Amino acid sequence: MAGRWKNDLNWSDITPKAAFLNRRQLMAGAGAAALGGAAGPALADLGAVPSEYSTDMEPNTFEEITSYNNFYEFGTGKGDPAEYADALTIDPWTVTIDGMVDKPGDYSFDDLVSGMTLEERIYRFRCVEAWSMVVPWVGFELADLLNRVGVQDGAKYVAFETLVRPEEMWAQKRPILEWPYREGLRLDEAMNPLTIMATGLYDEPMPKQNGAPIRLVVPWKYGFKSIKSIVKISLTDKEPPTTWNMLQPSEYGFYANVNPNVDHPRWSQATERKVGGGLFAKRVPTQMFNGYEEEVASLYEGMDLSRYY
Amino acid sequence: MTLTDRVNAAIRAVPPWCLYVVAPVPAAWWLYLGLTGGLGVEPIKALEHELGEFALQLLILGLAVTPLRQHLRINLMKHRRAIGVIAFFYVFLHLLAWLLLDMRGLWSQILADIVKRPYITIGMAGFALLIPLALTSNNLSVRKLGPAWRKLHKLVYPAVLLGGLHYIWLVKGLQFEPLLYMAAIVGLLLLRWVPQRRRAMARA
Ligand code: HEM
Repeated sequence: MAGRWKNDLNWSDITPKAAFLNRRQLMAGAGAAALGGAAGPALADLGAVPSEYSTDMEPNTFEEITSYNNFYEFGTGKGDPAEYADALTIDPWTVTIDGMVDKPGDYSFDDLVSGMTLEERIYRFRCVEAWSMVVPWVGFELADLLNRVGVQDGAKYVAFETLVRPEEMWAQKRPILEWPYREGLRLDEAMNPLTIMATGLYDEPMPKQNGAPIRLVVPWKYGFKSIKSIVKISLTDKEPPTTWNMLQPSEYGFYANVNPNVDHPRWSQATERKVGGGLFAKRVPTQMFNGYEEEVASLYEGMDLSRYY
Repeated sequence: MTLTDRVNAAIRAVPPWCLYVVAPVPAAWWLYLGLTGGLGVEPIKALEHELGEFALQLLILGLAVTPLRQHLRINLMKHRRAIGVIAFFYVFLHLLAWLLLDMRGLWSQILADIVKRPYITIGMAGFALLIPLALTSNNLSVRKLGPAWRKLHKLVYPAVLLGGLHYIWLVKGLQFEPLLYMAAIVGLLLLRWVPQRRRAMARA
């Protein structure tokens, strides 16, 4: 896939194949068990192929990933998205791609996904609130999509928007944030092979509370950058406004790279606690760029990260 | 017998020690839920939230005792001490949940947070103000301190305000719940002031 060969990571650098296969078998078991517990329609396997970008860490269970969410369109409680996201209609789904692209237009979900190889990317996920998870996402590289629509010279940023549909997303009737939820990336961040458009997890279509049908995942940034239920992607030459930065620029920067050395003004970012460890789970040190330093540090060379937080 | 009379009779029928006996029940229940998966997948945060929110509710109930008597003739005076002491107990448990579960063992981060994080500093200040009140919530202290006791216990006003501010400060985005709590606190404090003013004007 795009950018793959620019990266010096190698399959064998990450995991010996035997260990990898072993882990996948374990995981498939865990996933099936979790799904068995959560009653629901039998979902189609997406058939995602493994990726060398996946971490070796133990993924959180399906139940954990789908019951503890920040998706303020459905309320500010961690359990609200699981409770209310059911109301969201995700079929049909259209994503408008516009701005500095060769092929602007309204793309249906099927248009977007057709021809893409879905990969399983097991990524660490670090929320700005100092909790974390490990999630087996399914998706394709954003770079593949951008290359397909043709990024024009001069484009420097990619802007994203979440659906606004207060009839289905009840909390949008309240001014918790300025809707629509907006996010953005610098073009080189967007083109990095770690950056994916995720359409599922645990080899199942994306649960609604996790941002169905299609969301961004940028694993080295705080979770709020990984915008959910995307309906618009725009290529621009100016840094786009982003929701949390608009609300409180002193607390949330445009970059929002995971960085244990730059605290949120109201709490420390030095440590985090992985969800699912029970009442006696200990915090662990947060890693620079959430552990993806080798892959992304070069994007920020020469930048003062305490200023561009 | 009016409804108010009946309510007051029911309140009088409850001996204060009953409140102390049932006070630990919610805490024990949440702890049990936390240990058995009933508080969700992040039980530490959930426990911290339950304890903090209940503490704030009890503090607000304590503030409501006087206005309830003055404006609705509902008399909770007999239980005011128990309400206050139990509220303190829950603030303390809330602090313990933070120290022993949330920040377990990270002493340098704990100290840094207390001085550097405004919402923690404010919460700590609220807790600190409540300590002398809890220590003097007994008949001996009331007798010994005399009029100074009443003055000392006015500290509950800033303590509850700090608790409410702590909640507003820690949430992300514009959320209504903490603002509602703050509105209740401010409202209850203002209610104390209103009738006094009326009386003062009547005298003039
Ligand atoms: C008067 C004293 C206090 C009151 C009334 C109080 C009340 C509250 C309330 C209502 C919440 C929010 C619960 C929710 O979201 O439902 C909260 C959260 C919290 N409080 Fe307190 N609190 C007090 C003191 C403290 C102290 C002394 C500390 C620690 C030093 C503390 C640490 C926290 C923490 C860490 C949270 C959770 C923040 C988060 O969600 O990340 N509080 N408190």
